[in-house]
Amino acid sequence: MTKKQKKMLQRILIAAALLVILHFVPATGLLKLALYLVPYLIIGHDVLKKAVRGILNGQVFDENFLMAVATVGAVALGDYNEGAAVMLFYQVGELFQNYAVGKSRKSIASLMDIRPDYANLKKDGKVEQVDPDEVAVGDEILVKPGERVPLDGVVLEGSTNLDTAALTGESLPRSIQPGDEVISGCVNMDGLITVQVTKPYGQSTVAKILDLVENSSSKKAKAENFITKFARWYTPTVCGLALALAILPNFFLGGPWTMWLHRALTFLVVSCPCALVISIPLSFFGGIGGASSQGILVKGGNYLEALAKTQVVVMDKTGTLTQGHFSVTDVAPQPGWEKAQLLTLAALAEQHSSHPISKSIQAAAGLEPDPDRVAEVQELAGLGVKAQVDGKTVAVGNARLMEHEHAAFTPAEGGGTLVYLAVDGQYAGVIRIEDALKPGAAQALKDLKHEGVEKLVMLTGDAPEAAHQVAGRLGIDEVHAGLLPADKVTQVERLLGEKKEGRQLVFVGDGINDAPVLSRADVGVAMGAMGSDAAIEAADVVLMDDKLEKLGVAIRIARQTLRIVNENIVLALGIKIAVLVLSAVGLAGMWAAVFADVGVAVIAILNASRMLRCKG
Amino acid sequence: MKKTFMLEDLDCAHCAAKMEDAINKLEGVNKATVNFLAQKMTVDAVDDRFDEIMQEIVKVCKKVEPDCEIKL
Repeated sequence: MTKKQKKMLQRILIAAALLVILHFVPATGLLKLALYLVPYLIIGHDVLKKAVRGILNGQVFDENFLMAVATVGAVALGDYNEGAAVMLFYQVGELFQNYAVGKSRKSIASLMDIRPDYANLKKDGKVEQVDPDEVAVGDEILVKPGERVPLDGVVLEGSTNLDTAALTGESLPRSIQPGDEVISGCVNMDGLITVQVTKPYGQSTVAKILDLVENSSSKKAKAENFITKFARWYTPTVCGLALALAILPNFFLGGPWTMWLHRALTFLVVSCPCALVISIPLSFFGGIGGASSQGILVKGGNYLEALAKTQVVVMDKTGTLTQGHFSVTDVAPQPGWEKAQLLTLAALAEQHSSHPISKSIQAAAGLEPDPDRVAEVQELAGLGVKAQVDGKTVAVGNARLMEHEHAAFTPAEGGGTLVYLAVDGQYAGVIRIEDALKPGAAQALKDLKHEGVEKLVMLTGDAPEAAHQVAGRLGIDEVHAGLLPADKVTQVERLLGEKKEGRQLVFVGDGINDAPVLSRADVGVAMGAMGSDAAIEAADVVLMDDKLEKLGVAIRIARQTLRIVNENIVLALGIKIAVLVLSAVGLAGMWAAVFADVGVAVIAILNASRMLRCKG
Repeated sequence: MKKTFMLEDLDCAHCAAKMEDAINKLEGVNKATVNFLAQKMTVDAVDDRFDEIMQEIVKVCKKVEPDCEIKL
């Protein structure tokens, strides 16, 4: 609790004790009024002061004014006890509300707390702690175990494991060697590293993310705008009704005029809009905070709202559904050969090549290049490579190379690039190299369907054959292959035209070359965005790592947020309207009205704070 | 020019909305947002009169919510 809140708590306790004591004091008339004024003023003096100041400043319908009028009115009608008690309960509610909001605000802030406080700058042989802002590109900084990497850079010395959880939600540490890039915001877990800074702080990953998250509330969801507008006419309307209730029934229904005045004062208490105004943005803020703890950055409440209504998901193939780089997916040796043998021979024969296919074979073989084992390397253009490896003649290449070598082979079936091997003129086997599917892609798409996504569309610049093969394995509904970037925009526009009213189209890409589509879709999602500025800027939602599964998580978080928002709207409005009706007919007193104001606000805030624990 | 300011003792969400409204009505302000939850205000206003506009902003905010302090 803050100092202010503690002071308020003291006032509440004193006023409550006095009210209890006064209950047993048999005073009447002016003495009773004077006695009750003590707790009333102790608990309400600041409200009265603010009300007067508000009127002087032309702010008529603020809650201080409404509470002041209602309680002063109650006292004037002779209900001293009620006037003081209502003020007391109002303050209790306000204190709760204040405390709860402060608490959720802090937990959201800590979710997003990735701001580095300082950098250890290496300068003239000394190490100095400076503001990350003061470090220039090219400077060298030290990052000690337990510290946050303050700026983006390249590791010069040392190796360590980095905890990227604050950025990606991924709990597995990332191992870092000299030469690797490090991204600001990660936490250094165990080793001391020296980093050469590659970007000024203002352009670093951490600054971009913070900027994005902090500005997220400027893009308001429809529900937020509705509530703000609603609050603007709600209070004056209820005040008008209160005035009408105080005057009109006297002419038609009779009854003591004080009774109608009393009911009218109750109206004033209900007319405070704070429960609504506070709980809706808090829910969205909580949703955005909860998502960011999972490595999902959402640029505004409006995008959460849109994500919750996803009907069509359009995906890029390379880098989104597939890994975006070639790797060996299958090795089929002839009898008498081992898989590892084939890979070793192929890797050695191709050790001088930097072609992606050769690289992937080298990676799969896991060998250091060894020039001593290889001789007479011949590059055969359009066919492959021929070389002497450990004294054997090895030919590595496509089917035409096998024919060229007169090696009897059976062409393999299926997709991907096939690399055949012949040793001393005898066919030895085949290695299949593909842009492999991401491990979680199939499950991720199944999840999306489960979340109510009706149509999955894949757009790619690749050849139709490869595209259809990937789509078939993943259960994608619609495939468009051989597209240029401009064609992708056309396709997205067509799909936008076809989707159902009120539902949304989401595009997911890896942020490379798809900025136009990202911005054209209802919600543009960029994934694998760690370190890619362009993607962070163009997208509406950013998945910090490259896992497609996170899209399903994002949609679930969005749904949950929207559900809480709707619950809060219904709850707050429902109770307020019910209390208004009940108090108009005399069934609900000022007590119920105070509950309808601050009590509901507290419930709504507690409901909204559930979002902080939502893991999607 | 766009600048962000911290707000102290901004206690009520409704007041934040009213402050935002009032600031956006000032001449020279392109767009202002008052974020109750982050206790922050972002002002985008014309460059040459920025300081002057900030003073006006402080004034109108005082009117709406006298307790709230803008940290310049």
